Amino acid sequence: MYRHSPESEPERRTSPLALRVSILSGIAIAIFSVLFLRLWYVQILEGDKYLTEANDNRVREIRVQAPRGDILDRDGKVLVANRTELAVQVRPEDLPAPGPERREELNRISTVTGMSRRQINTELEEGNRAAPGGPVILKKGLGVDKVFYLRENQSRFPGVSVERVFTREYRQGTAAAHLFGNVGEVTAEQLKEPRYSGLRQGDTVGQSGIEYEYDRYLRGKAGTDRVQVDALGRPTGQLRSKPAQAGDSIRLTIDSDLQSYAEDALGSFGLPGAFIAMNAQDGSILAMGSAPTFDPSIFTRPITQSQYRALTSRKTDAPLANRAIQGLYPTGSVFKMITGTAALEHNLIEPDTIFNDTGVLKIDIQTLRNAGDAVYGPIDMSDAFKVSSDVYFYQLGLKAKASRGHGQIQDWARRYGLGERTGIDLPSEVEGLIPTPAWRNRLYREGLTDRPWTAGDNINLAVGQGDLQANPLQMAIAYAALANGGKVLRPHLAERVESVTGAVLEEFRPAPRRQIQISEETRSTIMNGLTRAAMEDGGTSYAVFGNFPFPVAGKTGTAERGIQPDQSWYVAIAPADNPQIVVAVTIERGGFGADTAAPVAARILEQHFKAPITPVVANPTRPGGVRE
Amino acid sequence: MEAARPMTLTRGRTGIGERFGLPYFDGILLAAAIGLIAFSVFTLAMATSDDVPGEPLYFVIRQSLYAIIGVILMLAVAKIDYSRFREIRVGLYSLMIAAISLVLVFGAAARGSRRWIELPYFRFQPSELAKLLLIVALAAFVIERTRRGTPIQQTLRILALGLAPAALIFLQPDLGTGIVLVVITLAVLFLAGLRWSHFAAIGGVAALAVTFTLVIAPATGLPSPLRNYQEDRLTAFLNPSNDPGDASYQVNQSVIAIGSGERTGRGDSSTQTELQFLPERHTDFIFAVIGERFGFLGAAFVLSLYALLIWRMLRILTLSKNLYGTLIAGGIAAMLMFQILVNVGMTLGIMPVTGITLPLMSYGGSSVLVTFLAIGLLQSIHSQARLDSRSRAPTPLLR
Repeated sequence: MYRHSPESEPERRTSPLALRVSILSGIAIAIFSVLFLRLWYVQILEGDKYLTEANDNRVREIRVQAPRGDILDRDGKVLVANRTELAVQVRPEDLPAPGPERREELNRISTVTGMSRRQINTELEEGNRAAPGGPVILKKGLGVDKVFYLRENQSRFPGVSVERVFTREYRQGTAAAHLFGNVGEVTAEQLKEPRYSGLRQGDTVGQSGIEYEYDRYLRGKAGTDRVQVDALGRPTGQLRSKPAQAGDSIRLTIDSDLQSYAEDALGSFGLPGAFIAMNAQDGSILAMGSAPTFDPSIFTRPITQSQYRALTSRKTDAPLANRAIQGLYPTGSVFKMITGTAALEHNLIEPDTIFNDTGVLKIDIQTLRNAGDAVYGPIDMSDAFKVSSDVYFYQLGLKAKASRGHGQIQDWARRYGLGERTGIDLPSEVEGLIPTPAWRNRLYREGLTDRPWTAGDNINLAVGQGDLQANPLQMAIAYAALANGGKVLRPHLAERVESVTGAVLEEFRPAPRRQIQISEETRSTIMNGLTRAAMEDGGTSYAVFGNFPFPVAGKTGTAERGIQPDQSWYVAIAPADNPQIVVAVTIERGGFGADTAAPVAARILEQHFKAPITPVVANPTRPGGVRE
Repeated sequence: MEAARPMTLTRGRTGIGERFGLPYFDGILLAAAIGLIAFSVFTLAMATSDDVPGEPLYFVIRQSLYAIIGVILMLAVAKIDYSRFREIRVGLYSLMIAAISLVLVFGAAARGSRRWIELPYFRFQPSELAKLLLIVALAAFVIERTRRGTPIQQTLRILALGLAPAALIFLQPDLGTGIVLVVITLAVLFLAGLRWSHFAAIGGVAALAVTFTLVIAPATGLPSPLRNYQEDRLTAFLNPSNDPGDASYQVNQSVIAIGSGERTGRGDSSTQTELQFLPERHTDFIFAVIGERFGFLGAAFVLSLYALLIWRMLRILTLSKNLYGTLIAGGIAAMLMFQILVNVGMTLGIMPVTGITLPLMSYGGSSVLVTFLAIGLLQSIHSQARLDSRSRAPTPLLR
């Protein structure tokens, strides 16, 4: 093994040792070569990459949420604004890895927030599902003492921070609750849409209502705070930051005084229903409401399952539904305006043709009667509107051609805007249904209904019964078209966009959807009948409007809805000789149109024109209970 | 062997060495060592001023003190004829075993392992000294037993002598230093002329042991000689992750730190080290601090000083007047080479995390003092060789 004895041999560095020393030197050279090359690679060749990583390490970009723009009424009164709140935010990635350490921290968070550890975990999981990897807001509205506690003990709360968040504040309580909609974090699916380009996970967007419709104005532009942090995520310095840009305000066409007044009037019956007050010339909506209503601020906090059920269930009459645009109702006699237009325009009858209302109409084996078995005797069309003779309109329904898809009444219903969306600046309106022979026969062929189209269907349609489905806004649009000479308006809630300083950035003047040709004779005949209905003794709503200081044209409706009590309707045009405003009111289970819907419409007009009305009689239901 | 020569020499000119009574001093080796420790103090001054509140020079003062004591020790050892250590090999070896055992009994625990003995004003780490004692003792044993027993018996005997302290240090547990002792043993055996076949056998056994420890034991659930964290550290560099609790996190941060230094370094905007992304920055990861702060310029300069140091050591190895000196110089050179490779390699992400210090650069008294002692031994070998060469005419292999 040991080949030499060094002490005794002068030539001790014999070749075996020399070889081994050479090998050792070779190893030394190899080691330094490897280290130098690796150093060269890391610093010179890849240096930029690592410098970027080092900066990524130390710089944390904190998105600064922009305050959303306010929502104002037509006079600039603030309806929806922001409130700043302090919230506990958790970055799951900065929490300790699952284990006892994480559990202990969650316990500490639990003490501060008052949430159980299970709740916290649920929130984190949900947050991760909505925005994977993003920060999660655990609790809003933290008290100042807890904020100080968190800040002082930051080292014990890695991954937890106190953030300023904006919460929507509804300054007028529940007023116009159905219009605003709610805001919420943008979802992963939404981020893929072009509508939300430039947004990031965790950003807040409007999810329904005006907040959704005008989100691009309201949302503003988030800024970024660039903060230098150390390895534990503690901020050590402020770098350049880009401030957030507040969103612009939306000024609505809503008159908030009128809105509240109308909501009170509707709410006084305690029944589900809806109202619309719309400018008859340009489609701007002055008031729009639905009962029952809800507190919009409920959506600023996480909402529980039972709360949501209470807002949407049939039992509670689904307060969340905006019946003004989502209701699907037969309209009853308010539809007669359309039947009358169709009859006159198609020359099924002349305005002055006298029809003898004997109180009954026999077709085949069926006998149809007026409501309340009334007999009106010889009447022309204007009279028929005044008293709301069903038999008069039944015979028009019988006369109207309704073959194939082209029923004459159906065509006019479509022209007036029924069966299609109104194009209002709110999401989720429904289009309703105009029943046609083609529609029913197709259902019949598919086995979805028990019978094909019959003459009876047309007769039902003529008085707004049967399969007709319309919402109050559609009826308001139809009456406005009659009032304004044929402009089928595009209703709108937004008046303009304003900057934070109040400068007008954009105005909304949507053009009418179309112009329909209604002859002056038709228009004046119907307007005359509707005016007499409201203003003349014996008219269906004379009891309500008879004392009004200027003429109002209005039509009652009492719609039968299967086993439910009748639904009350009223549509008013005021003033009748110079139409400015259309008011449509419907009240489910409200009974006669004159009983519930008409008084609500009257109170809306009263408030709008600042003209107190004394009803002609205390009880608007006339003796004998005449039904229109 | 011959007795120590008297140190009375008269030369024509007087150099610095002569003033210290050391005319045959290797000035370049000294310069490289002083340069390294000076750079260490400078780096600590730059990077650790905020580490101990109220004492910005905490590490600087202590490291400087260690350096001064180290240099004095080095000069003292350099004056002794190293050959004398052969005579007290058993004493040295016993001292080493005793010191390591002491730490197992009385040692101060740090992160679950006992490595230090608390002394007044100083926390002594016997395993550092053990490295040097092993070299000196083992080299002596090799030479003494040259003619006894069969070659296999000789090999096994030396292996046992080297691996016994290594095993004790593994128990502390201090994996890194234990491996250094194994490397020292192999290096001494190698230079002493161990047969290639024996080397192959040792290599085979080692490969089997490593495979068992890192692959088979974890996979089958058999008891592993390594603690979990040690195992993780050894294998983590193979698959880096972003888990900050993980050994590979440290390596990731270290590589980012060095890389971000680029050509000339980031100076005071060295965020990786300043913002504590990098752990153990004044000890095990000090090379990353240098890399980030001074860039390729600084890091390559430090590596060059090490290259210089190693070159002088290998040169002294060949100059040595006897095999004992050769073996000591070889053991020391191998030890330092291994430590540089593993420590710098670790900071560059090509070696596992083992807790091996960077000689003369990492903060720490035991390491600095022992490294200077080792350099003192080399100076002694150098001086003795030059004194010897006045009578003979050596032909160094390396110059």
